[in-house]
Amino acid sequence: MQLTLSGISQRVGAQTWLYDMSLAPTPGAVTVLLGATQAGKTTLMRLMAGLDVPSSGSVLVDGHDVTGTPVRERNVAMVYQQFINYPSMTVYDNIASPLKLGGRPKAEIDRRVRELAAKLHIEVFLDRLPAELSGGQQQRVALARALAKNAPLMLLDEPLVNLDYKLREELREELCALFAAGDATVIYATTEPSEALLLGGWTAVMDAGELLQYGPTAEVFHRPVSLRVAKAFSDPPMNLLAAEVAEGGARLNHGELIAVDLPREATRALTLGIRASALRVQPRPGDVALPGRVELAEISGSDTFVHVHTAVGELVAQLTGVHEFDLGAALTLHVSPTQVYAFDATGALLVAPQRRT
Amino acid sequence: MARIDLDLAHSYKPNPAQDSDYALLPLKMTFEDGGAYALLGPSGCGKTTMLNIMSGLLVPSQGTVRFDGQDMTRATPQQRNIAQVFQFPVIYDTMTVAQNLAFPLKNRKVPEATIRQRVGQIAEMLEMSHQLDQRAAGLSADQKQKISLGRGLVRPDVSAVLFDEPLTVIDPHLKWQLRRKLKQIHHELKLTLIYVTHDQVEALTFADQVVVMTRGKVVQMGTPDALFERPAHTFVGHFIGSPGMNLLEAQAGGGALHIGALSVPAPRALPEGALRLGIRPEYLALTEPGRGGALPGSVRQVQDIGTYFLVTLDVAGQTLKARLSPEAERPAVGAAVGLQVLGSHTCFYKNEELVA
Amino acid sequence: MSVQNKPVNQKAWFLILPVFICVAFSAILPLMTVVNYSVQDIIDPERRVFVGTEWFVQVMRDEDLHAALWNQLKFSLAVLLVEIPLGIVLALSMPATGWKASATLVIVSLSLLIPWNVVGTIWQIFGRADIGLMGHGLQALGIDYSYTGDATHAWLTVLLMDVWHWTPLVALLAYAGLRSIPDAYYQAARIDGASKFAVFRYIQLPKMRGVLMIAVLLRFMDSFMIYTEPFVLTGGGPGNATTFLSQYLTQKAVGQFDLGPAAAFSLIYFLIILLFCFVLYNWMQRLGQTEKEGGHE
Repeated sequence: MQLTLSGISQRVGAQTWLYDMSLAPTPGAVTVLLGATQAGKTTLMRLMAGLDVPSSGSVLVDGHDVTGTPVRERNVAMVYQQFINYPSMTVYDNIASPLKLGGRPKAEIDRRVRELAAKLHIEVFLDRLPAELSGGQQQRVALARALAKNAPLMLLDEPLVNLDYKLREELREELCALFAAGDATVIYATTEPSEALLLGGWTAVMDAGELLQYGPTAEVFHRPVSLRVAKAFSDPPMNLLAAEVAEGGARLNHGELIAVDLPREATRALTLGIRASALRVQPRPGDVALPGRVELAEISGSDTFVHVHTAVGELVAQLTGVHEFDLGAALTLHVSPTQVYAFDATGALLVAPQRRT
Repeated sequence: MARIDLDLAHSYKPNPAQDSDYALLPLKMTFEDGGAYALLGPSGCGKTTMLNIMSGLLVPSQGTVRFDGQDMTRATPQQRNIAQVFQFPVIYDTMTVAQNLAFPLKNRKVPEATIRQRVGQIAEMLEMSHQLDQRAAGLSADQKQKISLGRGLVRPDVSAVLFDEPLTVIDPHLKWQLRRKLKQIHHELKLTLIYVTHDQVEALTFADQVVVMTRGKVVQMGTPDALFERPAHTFVGHFIGSPGMNLLEAQAGGGALHIGALSVPAPRALPEGALRLGIRPEYLALTEPGRGGALPGSVRQVQDIGTYFLVTLDVAGQTLKARLSPEAERPAVGAAVGLQVLGSHTCFYKNEELVA
Repeated sequence: MSVQNKPVNQKAWFLILPVFICVAFSAILPLMTVVNYSVQDIIDPERRVFVGTEWFVQVMRDEDLHAALWNQLKFSLAVLLVEIPLGIVLALSMPATGWKASATLVIVSLSLLIPWNVVGTIWQIFGRADIGLMGHGLQALGIDYSYTGDATHAWLTVLLMDVWHWTPLVALLAYAGLRSIPDAYYQAARIDGASKFAVFRYIQLPKMRGVLMIAVLLRFMDSFMIYTEPFVLTGGGPGNATTFLSQYLTQKAVGQFDLGPAAAFSLIYFLIILLFCFVLYNWMQRLGQTEKEGGHE
């Protein structure tokens, strides 16, 4: 089903929770709503579901205007971050509830419930009450119930945020497989950029009630249209340096020249963005050197994050492998000019690194 | 600043008979003065129980807790001089930031001038000097957590600061800043810091030594490097690293190693019989199929994770994952590849324990 | 830009018709009757004269009414000043978990379960100097206690009876409020070395604000309308020392069959309570708001 949000906005009292935006999530695919808390993701999802009515604009399903239709009449399934299940019903009854409401024959309900329980690895818990299960298992029940409804639109509001790290990884993989196997349009809200990248599909980046960019996830990541998108969609945070247009490229505050191909209409003041993974310790030909002092080194298993204080600002570099650094030691980071993002004074993207595809 | 020695077990049942009755199986552990430690494990592994025993909020059913050699098993948190930061920010709503920070010192009847100086010092360290007169209730979650932390640091004689999953409610990009702040504070004040978490990235970046726990048992204690390179148990191999270690079924016999259809001379001395071969996705290399010593497999999925490619492979009926740098050749889905699983980073496990 | 067409379902109105009819008979019609009476002089059931706002003016000037109103305000204030802190103290001393908690809850609530006129009767006997425990005990201590003879004694006895009867309600509400405070706050306070009083002042009291607001509103409204207990205990005496507003109203309407002024006064009574509650509620809401918005720049 094609869901289209056209010119919608949401105002509550004097506050604007969602600014004018239009979004048409790709049917049958996963669209990730990425943004910090209070960015408006939940508000937007509630509009998509029909739990709220937008202050302006319209919601269309396959071309029909459903803006005023209450959620009961729309075919939507929703999963929340707080493992919502019917507490007095067994797992079996929980999963069967949408099927029972749909008036399906008993044999079919039984078959479908067992099928879904097996898919989500909870078939041994069918007779238990949700309160007797762990967090991860409760969320699986909620997911099974949502899948049982077989709605063309499935909304998930940060469903894994209350789970352990490793459990999150496992469940995320299973979710990816489930989404790929079905043909529902899935909308998944999250605050973590890495989760968006792992889910793939399409991403809509939101910030402070505005929709900033919508596109294939990898595309949005590698080509953010503005500084705000780049900031919202990077983990670790992107290194941002103030620079000015100069002959041959951009000049940093301390004088280093980075050879970037800037368009002629570029404003004088620029912001250069360098991803942590683009900074290297070993120089390669053509690299720009940024000398500095090590402030902090964090080792996370396979990567080392080193915080370096340089003349042009504080930089964070992500280096593969484990490296030991002495605090206060001198360290020069290198970056290839082809890996540098350039944003103009208004924050719009001017130059992005080329990718090998 | 204190050295903490634990020699205890804890059970909520009066007469524990088997392992499952224990919340914490008998353990013996030392936290050196001034070290940064992380207790890492899934929910229910006993890490919060251990933290509460150290802070004095819980008395262990058997054993002792010593601070600098002195038995403090039954001492109150105040007597132990510890500070604790909880999962959600705990602040006194009716007070300003400065009053919140001053509270522990006021309770100890410290002179007003000293309080003011200390509060100023800590506020500056936490980058909150300009918010001292604001009402604490109106601040954001990460600022409230900083206040909670500040209340612990403001006491000059605090013996250890304990953290119970403190970054749970914080947004990802603010987590970075707070983690950096914690490390800076550790470096400056040289306090004993003990951090409980289920997030292995947090644990590895924060701590000098990580204690991995599961179901009340301490599985391994070591540096992040050691835990990553040589996990002593398959659980550690799985739990640390994102994604966790790949594990392959293998057989060793007569000096040879059999993995699926592939047979190679055993790279090192291996015990006979069924084994599991562990190799991390970061060290799994892809080559052409048919290369000597390479396992044949096929590419099921390739995901662009921004800073690396995550490749899912089907090998001899099992699923493996590999991490490739973004500059490497992106493999095509369905392509047949050879996997180099034997190398210096490969670990061998028998009965889940590291043997080679 | 499309028009918001929320589908309107008229069928729902039929579903609430039965409730509407019941409420109309039991509440709206009687209220309209009262309004009707308040603007008429009812000399006898057959003869009525429209007098407009005359009753309202007369009621406002009535000296006895002023006395009763004043008496009532003093009483309600005293009730709040005694019951709220006492209820909080009681809630703080009640155990939080285990069978003791359930047992304590039951024992504490006992006085709430007694019919109100029985409460009055209990205290009537309790206060008698010859057979009552309190009366006799006070006499033995040398106090010449008589709730029928001495105005102050009567007033205090009524107050004491109300405290005995209704403090458990405040205690139960405060208890519920206390149970909702996460353990981590207490743990943090222990670690910070806070005294018990500091814990009360900085953690428990602020977190109980919501329930205390309800308790204050409930106790104020109920005490302002109190009738049965003082009527049974003292009948309003001695003199009119314990004649509170509702009793005064009843005396007027039933005793003297002055339906007109009584009706006018009931309306005024109703509006006074409404006004007080409105003011109290808004004030407490605003207290909560300023706490929340205090930190924003």
